[in-house]
Amino acid sequence: MARGQIHKFYLNNKYIVLDVNSGAVHMVDRMVYDVLDHYGDKSLEEIVSIFDGVYDKEALEEAYGEINYLVEEEMLYSPENDLGDLVYNQDNIVKAMCLHVAHDCNLKCAYCFASQGNFKGERTYMSLETGKKALEFLAKNSGNRRNLEVDFFGGEPLMNFQVVKDLVAYGRELDKKYNKNFRFTITTNGVLLDEDKIDFINENMDNVVLSLDGRREVNDRMRKTIRDGGSYDVILPKFKELVEKRGTKDYYIRGTFTNYNTDFSKDIRDFYDQGFKKVSVEPVVTPEEMDYALRSEHLDDVLREYEEFSKEYIKIRKKDKDFLFFHFMIDLNQGPCIVKRSVGCGAGSEYLAVTPEGDLYPCHQFVGEDDFRLGSLDTGIENKDLREVFKKANIYNKEECRSCWARYYCSGGCHANAYYAHKDLTKPYKLGCEMEKKRIECSISILANEDE
Amino acid sequence: MKYIKTLSGKNLRREDLAKIGCGECQTSCQSACKTSCTVGNQKCEQN
Ligand code: SF4
Ligand code: SF4
Repeated sequence: MARGQIHKFYLNNKYIVLDVNSGAVHMVDRMVYDVLDHYGDKSLEEIVSIFDGVYDKEALEEAYGEINYLVEEEMLYSPENDLGDLVYNQDNIVKAMCLHVAHDCNLKCAYCFASQGNFKGERTYMSLETGKKALEFLAKNSGNRRNLEVDFFGGEPLMNFQVVKDLVAYGRELDKKYNKNFRFTITTNGVLLDEDKIDFINENMDNVVLSLDGRREVNDRMRKTIRDGGSYDVILPKFKELVEKRGTKDYYIRGTFTNYNTDFSKDIRDFYDQGFKKVSVEPVVTPEEMDYALRSEHLDDVLREYEEFSKEYIKIRKKDKDFLFFHFMIDLNQGPCIVKRSVGCGAGSEYLAVTPEGDLYPCHQFVGEDDFRLGSLDTGIENKDLREVFKKANIYNKEECRSCWARYYCSGGCHANAYYAHKDLTKPYKLGCEMEKKRIECSISILANEDE
Repeated sequence: MKYIKTLSGKNLRREDLAKIGCGECQTSCQSACKTSCTVGNQKCEQN
């Protein structure tokens, strides 16, 4: 039988071996790490002679025995998972929605996928009626799923906040009527936050994503007010107030890094020093020709930065376990099941984005791309072929992913990244892959360090 | 074992195939990032 795949790496003073198919993760010593280079291809005798003078014979034999044991237990080189013919979401259940309640913005961030706050000239707001239709659509199309997710997104959702409030109330009614549990979240730039909105958000939103890019100069370069001023000083105090009042509920302060700040660990650090503990800083996604885009020439710097930051992260977390960097969080034992890890984000079938007009798109990143309109709240999904394309874009159908060691952690990457890079949902965005793999290695090395 | 310490067992091989794929867990992009999909760091709702 063909040997299953392993992946090994050394980082943050740990030798780590992942068994790709079973999900098992092992911390090993240097000797085992070296022996694995030959295991399976060479006999024990040959291995002993290869390492003659390097490792003790008896120790090698013992280690070899331990490896054998794990192989027998299917925790090393274990065979590929057999999911039969993975039929994903056969009933076309929808369980999450991104509501674009305002296609308008009061900032004009250079990299915004909502295009400079002006949405190609058109500023529109979702009506309460459309919003209600969306929630009903979700309740009715969610089959027996109980937990439903609704994110208020934009543009800037606080520009249509009364609708947000009314929709939360309406969701609570639907909870009862359909026996559901609506979980609301909101993504905001903070400009319009005041005490009332902060209290409402803290009371009603399961998660809130606060957009800010880190250090003042980094933020103000990309995140400008309508009058071209910096937005940092306007927003920071409001975010602080929100977070202070938020208690233990989830939030993320979320920044974007570009090639101007490949030293983004300083931005993460700055967030932490400002009192924010749950942080996400992510690579910008944009066509290569943009002056701030991340291109292959920036990759080495970015990967090094992740590694460097992982060292600092380990140090900080020794003192403060509340500090979380979204992309370094990984739960090896209670993570998602194999089905979830195979199919990924669910865009286009389980997850839909709704425009102010009530049109449906596979996700927020595709909104406004004419070819990706799936249908509308009134008609339902019309472009069923497109839905199939999304459903089939899983790790088994993407050539690169099929043989990639990271497939069950990454789940095949972001469809929007793939599309914008190659106009093809089945071709992963290379730069994204390299960053993702580095983040996974960092995350696991962090766990290994915290395991002591 | 002396040379190997297992941090996590066979977490992708769950005994009970009927129970996996229940679909109650979070949709990745909704949770925090909104631009890239990392599923490994999500939580299973059955735990
Ligand atoms: S890192 Fe890239 S190749 Fe690997 S699973 Fe993710 S998208 Fe696929
Ligand atoms: S396609 Fe990308 S941006 Fe859209 S939901 Fe999936 S991971 Fe998120």
